[in-house]
Amino acid sequence: MIHDIYDALIGPFIEFEFMRRALAAVVALSLGGAPIGVFLMLRRMSLVGDAMAHAILPGAAVGFLLSGLNLFAMTAGGLVAGFAVALLAGVVARTTDLKEDASLATFYLASLALGVTIVSVKGTNIDLLHVLFGNILAMDDQTLLVVAFNATLTLIVLAVIYRPLVIESVDPLFLRTVSRAGALAHLVFLALVVVNLVNGFQALGTLLAVGLMILPAGIARFWSRELSGMISIAVASAILSGYAGLVLSFQTRIPSGPAIILVAALLYVLSILFGNVRGVVRQLFPAPHLEA
Amino acid sequence: MSGWRGLLLALAISLGASPLHAQAPLNVVASFSILGDFVKNVGGDRVEVTTLVGPDGDVHVYTPTPSDARKIADAKLLIVNGFGLEGWLSRLLQAAGGKASIVTVTSGIAPLRLGSDADPHAWQSVANAEKYVANIRDALAAADPPDAEFFRQNAQAYLARLDALDGEVRQAVSQIPESRRKVISTHDAFGYFAARYGIAFIAPIGVSTEAEPSARDIAKIIAQVKAERIPAVFLERIGDPRLMRRISAETGARIGGTLYSDSLSDEKGEAPTYIDMVRHNIRTLTSALAN
Repeated sequence: MIHDIYDALIGPFIEFEFMRRALAAVVALSLGGAPIGVFLMLRRMSLVGDAMAHAILPGAAVGFLLSGLNLFAMTAGGLVAGFAVALLAGVVARTTDLKEDASLATFYLASLALGVTIVSVKGTNIDLLHVLFGNILAMDDQTLLVVAFNATLTLIVLAVIYRPLVIESVDPLFLRTVSRAGALAHLVFLALVVVNLVNGFQALGTLLAVGLMILPAGIARFWSRELSGMISIAVASAILSGYAGLVLSFQTRIPSGPAIILVAALLYVLSILFGNVRGVVRQLFPAPHLEA
Repeated sequence: MSGWRGLLLALAISLGASPLHAQAPLNVVASFSILGDFVKNVGGDRVEVTTLVGPDGDVHVYTPTPSDARKIADAKLLIVNGFGLEGWLSRLLQAAGGKASIVTVTSGIAPLRLGSDADPHAWQSVANAEKYVANIRDALAAADPPDAEFFRQNAQAYLARLDALDGEVRQAVSQIPESRRKVISTHDAFGYFAARYGIAFIAPIGVSTEAEPSARDIAKIIAQVKAERIPAVFLERIGDPRLMRRISAETGARIGGTLYSDSLSDEKGEAPTYIDMVRHNIRTLTSALAN
């Protein structure tokens, strides 16, 4: 019995190196992406991740045009396009009446259309996204190092801009009266979003990268009221989803990317129902000591 | 363009002398590059052939464009592989209209099965390619009877070359030790090749390049490569090369180079024609499987 459980839950990682590498990648992605997701949620920008994901395509396409199926060129292109759209949307939002979500929507749609055009003008029909946006089971040394480097960078930068970012998320007007760090923190934060998305694409594949960023943040919201608690729970649930998703993909025939996100979605539903903080069950049956 | 063609036609009628050579060439559309190559070899300068999915394109997941619809609307013949390869074609036909008659080149070939579906990659066996060419010859002759003799002669010459090619492949395979005649390849396009020439192809992904492998699929392949001591892993023209490298790193199997399955390369590439493609594939296989 215990032996069976061991075989099912730990065996795959001992027997196969690709499973160990996939797990390492998932842990690194969770460490970088989940805190970003929490801040996105606090700033009511959860859908921004999705929009940015589309904005990245034309950059990848230009990289493809310039140097063929070269992972580095396509990634660099994706980063440039993502930054450009984020910056343009930010500038428009701060200088005109258009709100940031609306200007981001227009820029990402234009960017996406441009990307599709560039790919089809080139004429070959290789599925660009498939090649650029890899598979968690195919982590080579290079990709693994990039993912780990990115997680480290994200955590360090977040630590540096943590204070202004938190204040800007909660009370932007106050921050504006005491400091000018708000705008800078916002831009640096957007840059982190882009870096984490491009990075997640390489490992998880297109939109699933966004899932590992946003879903854990949603889960964390139901278990903690304070920020550091939320971030820790988001990271933990992202890692748990990654591990359980890999095991699921190993035991069934579900592809790994979707398996990971499905596990995260399941955790999210459980959190909605049973969460500490305004979960459905808690609201229907309040704990005794909460009653007056 | 059409005015120019009209002028040619008028010229042909007024000259009247040799209608055989003044006629505009037969307008033929082939669904992908390999069929286009067959049509060129049989039709020569009497046929104007365009392909929908060009060199290096993936015919499984192809998205038709409006210019494809225009090509089809103008065509007399539409040459397709059949066996479910061109899933996108029926809607395109309805949308394009036109009077093209459809020629399915696999007619007369018994399909191999992949699960419940027919395996479409019949051209990977040179014997089947010969049937393709015969079907194309008959279709061209029926569409353009005055040139039938011309097509027949071209087809005969080309079929002789294919016969020789078939012999070459058999000869090359016989040089490989029997225990080493097995490889892993990114997508199982080589069922017919395997059946005719006796090299086993084991694929990590299903028949369509769209499918994503699960962790279990990869684990099974790794276990299999280790258990059966498969000597080489093949990157295919289309697909995710990193997955192959991972399997190779984990098993110690050699990475064997690139095999062309669903498309030819462009003029400057390694496999601009069908015959070049088969030669390239067999060279790559022999060098990876040799001791």
